[in-house]
Amino acid sequence: MRWVNRQVRRTDRLLLGSLPILLLVVIYLVMAVSRHAANPADKILPLPGTMAESMYALIFEPDKLSGQLVFWADTFASLQRLGIGLGISTLMAIMVGLVIGVLPPVRATLGPLVTGIAVIPPIALLPILFIALGLGETAKVALIVVGIAPVMIRDIAAHVVELPREQIIKAQTLGASSWQVMIRVALPQAMPRLIHAMRLALGPAWVFLISAEAIASDVGLGYRIFLVRRYLSMDVILPYVAWIAILAIIIDMTLAYLSRRLFPWAHEASH
Amino acid sequence: MSALLNLRDVWVEYGDRIIIENLNLDIDAGSFVSVVGPSGAGKSTFLRLILGQEAPTHGKILLDGTPLIPECGPDRGVVFQRYSVFPHLSVLRNTIFGMECAQAPISGRLFGSARRAAEAEAIEMLTAVGLGDSLHLYPAQMSGGMQQRLAIAQALVKRPRILLLDEPFGALDPGIRADMHALITRLWRDYTLTIIMVTHDIGEAFSLGTRVLALDKRRHDPHAPHRFGATAVYDLPLEKKISRAALEQVSITIDELGNN
Repeated sequence: MRWVNRQVRRTDRLLLGSLPILLLVVIYLVMAVSRHAANPADKILPLPGTMAESMYALIFEPDKLSGQLVFWADTFASLQRLGIGLGISTLMAIMVGLVIGVLPPVRATLGPLVTGIAVIPPIALLPILFIALGLGETAKVALIVVGIAPVMIRDIAAHVVELPREQIIKAQTLGASSWQVMIRVALPQAMPRLIHAMRLALGPAWVFLISAEAIASDVGLGYRIFLVRRYLSMDVILPYVAWIAILAIIIDMTLAYLSRRLFPWAHEASH
Repeated sequence: MSALLNLRDVWVEYGDRIIIENLNLDIDAGSFVSVVGPSGAGKSTFLRLILGQEAPTHGKILLDGTPLIPECGPDRGVVFQRYSVFPHLSVLRNTIFGMECAQAPISGRLFGSARRAAEAEAIEMLTAVGLGDSLHLYPAQMSGGMQQRLAIAQALVKRPRILLLDEPFGALDPGIRADMHALITRLWRDYTLTIIMVTHDIGEAFSLGTRVLALDKRRHDPHAPHRFGATAVYDLPLEKKISRAALEQVSITIDELGNN
């Protein structure tokens, strides 16, 4: 049988998918053990026991200076920034993207500006944001918004422009005004795409979040990683990175579930 | 003469390309006009003119004696070959869309008793096109024929002066197409519609229409083919058909329920 025709059953898929991950873990363990055999104080590849010990302290024992549970404070701060940034970007994407997509005069007016902002590397704007907005929360959220909103706006606008012309005409022959075309025809059909755009924007959003936290912050997952880097604390960095990966996967799966749940018509197989 | 739609000396030009030249037509209320012609002879342009999607370069189009504004409106309904229904709305919501637009300019949605009244009217129309049992399906769950039935119901519920059909049955398989022919003939008679249908199928044009228009170029210049536009080269009223339709209207038709 040709490989292009080989379908994998659900249980086999789980097995096959976990295989490379297990392999990586085994390779890591073998290397860590061999390094520790040569040098018991090795910090570069910590053993699982060391990682568990350090993480236990961060998760369950209050910090002596601030009295906070460091791990949870970091997680909460980062998720808050990410959530606010993603939320503002999503609102901007649906509002600006919709009018750009539906109304040709608005598209002519705002299209070039959005394209212009979208091609600027957001990290290049970070100094401007820090100078203009200070080193507080605003600058970090602003970096995420500047980084992902233009791409999301363009995505939604392009999707709305590509709605079949027949639908827009049909709506008008049924008496719809520009406003009604926007809220009854374009908006509902842009919603599944919006969730899709959020899922795609989540990756860059994390990049901008960690960058902003690495440069100026006093709490956050990115801040902690860059702080303990000074002490070569791989036993904290590695679990933090894994935790970020788990958070990202959970958010992504939640959005995918929401899209299927809220917009079943967009996920039906067409005849 | 009760001409509903008049085209007076209509020309359509794109730059130096002439699509339609010197088209003069009177379309009577209650007629079923089939428009045929080769590809590129301006059938779609003709439809877009009447729909208001574009304006003629010269000439006038009058609906009930008043000039047509070049914008689509609720007095002209349309059914396209595809994409005529809204994929995010159920059958019932698709059908009340037109009524919601008229009665709720801000929210675009009806609630309470107004909603129930609109739904009752929509259900009546959906039953007439044979979708009475599929009110809560989404278009993606329906066959092509059912989607076209829905598109027709959606347009008719607004009681348009003219119903425009743009190759409405072109994408359907032959059996379904025969059902749809029976359906559209019945609706045309029951609701005394004025229908203009563009089609590729000559047989369909003659079997359904009370008048067949053939659009084509009258003259052809091999060195500058784009300099001559199309016009109505044949205009055939099918008198027999009209009298037969009138006859059927008085007789009691038993087989009307047979169109599933």
